[in-house]
Amino acid sequence: MTFFIDSFRSALLLLWHIDKDLLVIVSLSLKVSFFSTFISGIVGVPLGLAISMNNFRGKRILITVLHTLLALPTVVIGLFVYSFISRRGLLGSMGLLYTPKAMIIGQIILILPIITTLTITAISRIDRRYRKTAQTLGANPYQTALVIVREARFGILAAIIMAFGRVIAEVGISMMLGGNARGFTRTMTTAMALEFDKGEFTMSVALGIILLMISLAVNIVLNYFQGKAGD
Amino acid sequence: MSRKYIFIPAAILIIMSFLFSYAIGEEKIIKMSTTTSTENSGLLNVLLPEFTKDTGIRVKVFAKGTGAAIRDGIDGNVDIIFVHDRTREDKFMQEGYGAYRLPVMHNDFIILGPGNDPAGIRGMKAGDAFRKIAYSKCLFISRGDDSGTHSKERELWGLAGVALEKKKTEVVKDGKTASLEYVYPAVLGEQYISIGQGMGKTLTFSEEKQAYTIADRGTYLEYRYGREQGLDLDILVEGDDSLSNPYGIIPVNPEKYPDIKFEEADMLARWLVSERGQKLIADYKIQGRQAFFPDAPK
Repeated sequence: MTFFIDSFRSALLLLWHIDKDLLVIVSLSLKVSFFSTFISGIVGVPLGLAISMNNFRGKRILITVLHTLLALPTVVIGLFVYSFISRRGLLGSMGLLYTPKAMIIGQIILILPIITTLTITAISRIDRRYRKTAQTLGANPYQTALVIVREARFGILAAIIMAFGRVIAEVGISMMLGGNARGFTRTMTTAMALEFDKGEFTMSVALGIILLMISLAVNIVLNYFQGKAGD
Repeated sequence: MSRKYIFIPAAILIIMSFLFSYAIGEEKIIKMSTTTSTENSGLLNVLLPEFTKDTGIRVKVFAKGTGAAIRDGIDGNVDIIFVHDRTREDKFMQEGYGAYRLPVMHNDFIILGPGNDPAGIRGMKAGDAFRKIAYSKCLFISRGDDSGTHSKERELWGLAGVALEKKKTEVVKDGKTASLEYVYPAVLGEQYISIGQGMGKTLTFSEEKQAYTIADRGTYLEYRYGREQGLDLDILVEGDDSLSNPYGIIPVNPEKYPDIKFEEADMLARWLVSERGQKLIADYKIQGRQAFFPDAPK
């Protein structure tokens, strides 16, 4: 029990002193997670929309494949991307490995299926009559899509929140593709893994507590928008 | 339900659990925390099966940095530790966590870098080489994980006369504030990359960045010659006295943790320094090169 109290107090101490290393770590974590969520959102939401609004051969199979990708282990994604961007890989000359960009690429692969499938789910819950009504009123496909997205915005935002939570808490991809270099690619989760490896458990849990505090702050902001969207 | 009906399944359950515990009890397993270098070099894959053949005791290995391996010993999570950081091993013994320490073997550290050696350190003394790297514009990759290799690296920066800076972080331990120290050569700036990972990862990271680093010879040989695509880094500095790397084995003190398997751990320690163990260590070769040198006095 004292261990958790110690960890909690350590977390407060770190925040109180505004530890410089911690700031670098936190800002990198947020930056990478925001970018990967943003790009996945831009690609994933229209993709989900396109899949759910169109009927085509193999639609069910495609959705099943996307659902399967939800179980893709981070290590597999890490290895896959690694083999492309390492010095010996196809894109080796770009020098991407062990940079924040590499982490973002890996994380996009991780959460794109999440955003796409949850968007499909959110849209499938919308009453078909919205679409029919929009079409009857003479809306073109683009306008129809807009109506549907507006109706499903609550669910779509939930998908994005979930994707963000997934990447900010993720450690495998960040470790393999980022490499945990201090000041360059060390994120909160890789820092936690390192402190655990060093046997500094209090520090590790303290960082975990800070990670939760930050996700709480982010979620409060998102919840505000979601509330607005739900009105 | 009457009492009789409960009694019969309960009796069967108890008997079965006895049988199971007997079956498990027959196979003796001990837990050992060790450094990533002994595991990555492949040495344990040769030693431990032989030990099991001789004694019937199986060894579960947890490969970590020396800091974490020692921590496992302090917490009584393992029965024995096999590490290479003399200063911290002595501290571990002084604090009463170890039953005894036996010197087992040594190998040496080597300074690695890209074949074209942009800093021009080939064949220098270790301290001079480190100074030259510091004043070049070349990258240096540090383990940064409080491992034995990391300790050696800090020692060498000191030897090179490169100023080390301490970054202190305050935490709370057992209700009291304590500080964690991170020591690094600040003058190197962005040239110094601390990745906080094991030896193998540090080698592949350095290869990727074509940077300088320090490694133990065993792991290097395994990565250079034991794999299909050999590591693309060369040995630039070796054979200096300051690069020696002794390994010690320490069974955890049974007085601190009565439930650890001291008897079996003791057998492993003594087996490693026995003639047979020492011969296996001396004969262990990676691509025809001796990787470890036995240390136990005959």
